[in-house]
Amino acid sequence: MSAAVEYAGLALVAAVTAFPFVWLLATSLRGSGAVFSFPPVIVPRPPTLANYVGVWETMPIGRFFLNTVYLTGMGITLTVATSALAGYPLARMRFPGRDAIFYAIVGSLMLPQHVGLILNFVTMMRLHLIDTFAAVYLPSAASVFGIFLLRQAYLVIPLEIEDAARIDGAGELRLWGQIMLPLVAPALATLAIVEFSAYWNSFLWPLIVLKSPEKYPLAVGLLNLSGLFAHNTRYVAAGAVMMTLPMIVVFLALQRYFLRGITIGAVR
Amino acid sequence: MERQAVARSRRAPAIRRILTPYLFLLPALGLLAAFTFYPVALGTVLSLFEYNVIAPPRFAGLANFRALWSDRYFWIALENSVTYLAVVPVLQGCAILLALWVHRSARGLGWLRAAYYLPVVTSIVVVGMLWRWLYDDAGLVNYLLLQLRLLHGPVHWLSDPGIALYAVMFVTLWKGLGYYMVIYLAGLEAIPPTFAEAAAIDGAGPAQQLWRVTLPLLRPSILLATTLSAISALRVFEEVYVMTGGGPIYATYTMFYYMFDQAFGALHLGYAAAIGVVLAAVTIGLSVANFKLLREGGLAYY
Repeated sequence: MSAAVEYAGLALVAAVTAFPFVWLLATSLRGSGAVFSFPPVIVPRPPTLANYVGVWETMPIGRFFLNTVYLTGMGITLTVATSALAGYPLARMRFPGRDAIFYAIVGSLMLPQHVGLILNFVTMMRLHLIDTFAAVYLPSAASVFGIFLLRQAYLVIPLEIEDAARIDGAGELRLWGQIMLPLVAPALATLAIVEFSAYWNSFLWPLIVLKSPEKYPLAVGLLNLSGLFAHNTRYVAAGAVMMTLPMIVVFLALQRYFLRGITIGAVR
Repeated sequence: MERQAVARSRRAPAIRRILTPYLFLLPALGLLAAFTFYPVALGTVLSLFEYNVIAPPRFAGLANFRALWSDRYFWIALENSVTYLAVVPVLQGCAILLALWVHRSARGLGWLRAAYYLPVVTSIVVVGMLWRWLYDDAGLVNYLLLQLRLLHGPVHWLSDPGIALYAVMFVTLWKGLGYYMVIYLAGLEAIPPTFAEAAAIDGAGPAQQLWRVTLPLLRPSILLATTLSAISALRVFEEVYVMTGGGPIYATYTMFYYMFDQAFGALHLGYAAAIGVVLAAVTIGLSVANFKLLREGGLAYY
């Protein structure tokens, strides 16, 4: 196949994947007129931020935004912390049951997680955590992928570094916190970014455990919004852009880490 | 030097030294036990009970499964979920093709790669809403197809029971393409170029190289990606929930959707668990079959 055909194919697929976003942005910036006008409007004339102002004033988008930031922040912090802790002994200590524990953790990926969904709901009810933020982030606060990723990162640290620290009199906790942790910083960053997109976009579980709208994250709030403003697509489009933009900015800025995250997850 | 270090660590109180690794593991293991191992184990057991959260669970034996057998909606949901598997070969075929093209002409195409990946990082709620508009009778999809004279009149993509499921499947394909492409790209980059060179010296044409060398070497990636993709196809829920709500007239109602409705709508938690167990059985059976089919291959095989 000639190179020209390949490039045309690549560009066509890119158009199909990216164009809907262009259309979404254009719709959110349009002042008036039917949403479904032909040919589709790509450059709104004149562009206006009225829809953003409108949706901000009529819906607690700011609240949804803060909720999402809080949930994402808590989720990432906990996941990174538990992974950074658990990966360490699995990689660098010898103790009874180590291999069994490691295989149990990795093996849990094979469990039918959807069956657990029902019982997690019951657990949250028993703990009186329904309709709290803790119910949203606790079940995913320990990540199998994260533990695996950090274990791999700790494994490749040379033994000499560890020995030198021990000679200097570092205890196990100081050795981990001051010597090892800085050395696995790239892995921590990769994990944080992978988890960012997971928490930012998470939708099903918050929908199940959150009851009051003032606690909704953007994804759940936006779905509500689309029901309320079914007739005003431009408002909903503005809300959708506000939800998507931070994610896209983070992705474009840190693309390398995102892609590394998938690749590590994939080549197990 | 090493001996000194060991001696020093021996001086630490023995009990603390023994406990240290477990203390490091405790937060993660505690959370996994509480929110992964326990609920999956107990959820499986729950399928043998009648449970509505309010009254204590009542043992029901296989009654839930017998009820499923004669439940019309269960069969509709099962059929739709299995039909959804059709997305797997199409999605993987497209992703492999795309990865091959990107791999060969990778330089300077970073922004194209980003474009493929955009749907992957976007919330399913935004994606679903966006496609609901694109699929509208007066939406962009109908407009384009009418302009290209591929259609005579607008298609009711999401409200025609014969089409809706396939329309949602296309969105799954659209959203997943970039993700699987990256998996295949990593697989392709792991193949040493010597294989292609050797094949070329032996006189293999481009098509032969693809079928006889590249694809067999890519098999571990294909195994992984098809397994992941089949599992998420069988468990599809979010796309459907946002785009069609399971309709029209149950045309897009899936197993996960039925489980969700039974658990959190009707509070038939035991029955929902039974649906979950059947879904798990189908998933495991399919994964094992897929593994047997694609196991041989990759660098280690040659």
